[in-house]
Amino acid sequence: MPEALSIRTAAESSPAAATAATAAPREIKVTARDVNVSYGEKQALFDVDVDIAARSVMAFIGPSGCGKSTFLRCINRMNDTIPICRVTGRIEVDGRDIYDPEIDVVQLRARVGMVFQKPNPFPKSIYENVAYGPRLHGMATNKAELDAIVEESLRRASLWKEVSDRLEQPGTGLSGGQQQRLCIARAIAVSPEIILMDEPCSALDPIATARIEELIDELTENFTIIIVTHSMQQAARVSQRTAFFHLGRLIEEGPTEQIFSNPKDRRTQDYITGRFG
Amino acid sequence: MTTLYFVIMVALVPVAFWAARRRAFAVVEGRPGVLHSLPTYHGLLVAVIVFIPMLVVFALGTPAVGRLAEARAVAALPSDVAADLLRRSAVMREVANVASGNHAGDPAPGIRAAADSLVATRDAGHLAVLVLGLAVAAAAFAFAYRRIAPAFRARNHFERFVRVVLMACAAIAILTTIGIVFSVVFETYRFFFDPALKGRPTVSEFLFGTEWNPQAAMRADQGDIRTAFGFVPLLTGTLLITAIAIAVAGPLGLFSAIYLAEYASPRLRASVKPILEILAGIPTVVLGFFAALTVAPLIRGWGESFGLDVSSESALAAGLVMGMMIIPFISSLSDDVINAVPQSLRDGAYALGSTKSETIRRVVLPAALPGIVSAFMLAVSRAVGETMIVVMAAGLAAKLTFNPLDAVTTITVQIKTILVGDQEFDSAKTLAAFALGFVLFFVTLMLNVIALQIVRRYREQYD
Ligand SMILES: Nc1ncnc2c1ncn2[C@@H]1O[C@H](COP(=O)(O)OP(=O)(O)OP(=O)(O)O)[C@@H](O)[C@H]1O
Ligand SMILES: [Mg+2]
Repeated sequence: MPEALSIRTAAESSPAAATAATAAPREIKVTARDVNVSYGEKQALFDVDVDIAARSVMAFIGPSGCGKSTFLRCINRMNDTIPICRVTGRIEVDGRDIYDPEIDVVQLRARVGMVFQKPNPFPKSIYENVAYGPRLHGMATNKAELDAIVEESLRRASLWKEVSDRLEQPGTGLSGGQQQRLCIARAIAVSPEIILMDEPCSALDPIATARIEELIDELTENFTIIIVTHSMQQAARVSQRTAFFHLGRLIEEGPTEQIFSNPKDRRTQDYITGRFG
Repeated sequence: MTTLYFVIMVALVPVAFWAARRRAFAVVEGRPGVLHSLPTYHGLLVAVIVFIPMLVVFALGTPAVGRLAEARAVAALPSDVAADLLRRSAVMREVANVASGNHAGDPAPGIRAAADSLVATRDAGHLAVLVLGLAVAAAAFAFAYRRIAPAFRARNHFERFVRVVLMACAAIAILTTIGIVFSVVFETYRFFFDPALKGRPTVSEFLFGTEWNPQAAMRADQGDIRTAFGFVPLLTGTLLITAIAIAVAGPLGLFSAIYLAEYASPRLRASVKPILEILAGIPTVVLGFFAALTVAPLIRGWGESFGLDVSSESALAAGLVMGMMIIPFISSLSDDVINAVPQSLRDGAYALGSTKSETIRRVVLPAALPGIVSAFMLAVSRAVGETMIVVMAAGLAAKLTFNPLDAVTTITVQIKTILVGDQEFDSAKTLAAFALGFVLFFVTLMLNVIALQIVRRYREQYD
């Protein structure tokens, strides 16, 4: 905790210091301390502590039902929409407690985008799906600018070629994998600083998966990405650091190579070698 | 006798079911896996095969017996009575009374004989129907029972039967509607084109005339008054009141639906929604006198304090109360469709940084639009078809006006006014009701078509 704090203050104090901080090992974007989440009586997360570096990819792995999505949803406070869900502990983005009553959740969510586990395109046209966020936040002053944002986002989500001639058709009419990419395009269209991706490639073929992974690489230039995945290979390919969850606890977190080649915890080893999960 | 028939039928059907089911078990020696269809399907099929013929025998046999008995009774009457149609029907009524034992005093001997003949024929006939029904049922049972075999596809046959029954129900509903439309169209045609009808208007007089006064046409034999069937004031009155009602109920209903579905806690919603629905259960007569005795005087008082001339019965009073009446239709149905919008769509909007009201406006309402439009359509049809409130609160004056403070009348009110009391069905006045019914039907149909177009155009379909 003290270590993380000092890095963060260094990073935030001034632009000059920020450039200096890139030389330092890690600039922290998201910090979680003692995060406990329960759905009604049932506790889903226990005492999760983690630091997530800016402009990097953090992968969450772990068996189904271990709380990866739950933790992801804490970071943009999507759990607020579930009435029975209670979150305690401290989560900071850029050093500010996001559960502080002063925080504007709407602004937070504009900065922390999310791609959901199940694709959920709006029942609007493909164009309107992607244009929704930029319109909402007044990111384009005219139609041409909006068109440009939409095209750019669809290209980056490698969907443009497939839909450029039918932008006015409903997004819900796309295939499952196309819908997933549409949701990715929709999320990146508002250029969030942090993008939470909950199994973004679960319905994609290997080629589309590779494109999304390229996109993730590209995005790390400016953005911080947290990705939940069930594919070890994917975690190994895209992430710098990996966190392993098991039964609601964060068991182990560290550089990806280390987690995969030399895990400290027995349970991590069992999981990545496929002994359970 | 007919009761006995039904009792036997209702008793036989389960017996057939059980017998067939046991037989199905027996033919495979208690190993149902060998059967193509489960024993229950064999049972159901045989039960149906017994039930349907029995029902048909009853449905055809009983009226036939009735007619036969009547014919016999007529034959037993003195020939001069039987020949005179008018006297015959009067005497036959008496015969029927005697036969059912409702006759006071001693009937004339001729009538007594006819009644005896009637009763004898009827009893014998009913017995015959019963015997025939049992015979048919036994034959059907034997036929079906013997066909039970491991390979027999009882399930498929039963599925086909289910489909036929469902189709028949749908067909009855549609045919009834078509029948109603045809009778209305036919009488409307008579109203406009029957040469025997005095005082009938031409189609264009009806559609474009601005004076409505069916009473004048009643005195048509005193003089030829033909300008009384102008339907325009009724249409404007209907539209005016409906517009007021929707202007009241639309926003109130929709906004309360949004509140209930999106903002209210589940507990509040669970208690408020039934209360709103009670509002839909208030008889319109009650609402009508509430409009006439409370709302209308209130409006007149207000109007006078502003120096306006308000009639004691006004379109505004009727429209306001009608609006209250249709609020539950809009709010309850809209609440249901808003609730049916998947949470994942809201989550998607929130995750992009939408506020609650932005989410509702841009995602939830468009997705719920088809349902909301149908809720509005239902409300409009209720408003257009509502009679009682208008009778009591808006008056009967067929006045061509768009002033909500005036007394107006509507299409339904005029239909009611025309047909109340004993009427002969060949005057222009009564037939005018059919013409009004026809245009009313047409107006609602058009509204529905328009709503459908709106939905198709702006529909955002989720699945
Ligand atoms: N809305 C909810 N209401 C109640 N319990 C929930 C809810 N969402 C998740 N849970 C519970 O919380 C636990 C963690 O769920 P979570 O969705 O975070 O798992 P996950 O790690 O994302 O699993 P998966 O890999 O299958 O997506 C589970 O036991 C689940 O039953
Ligand atoms: Mg999950």
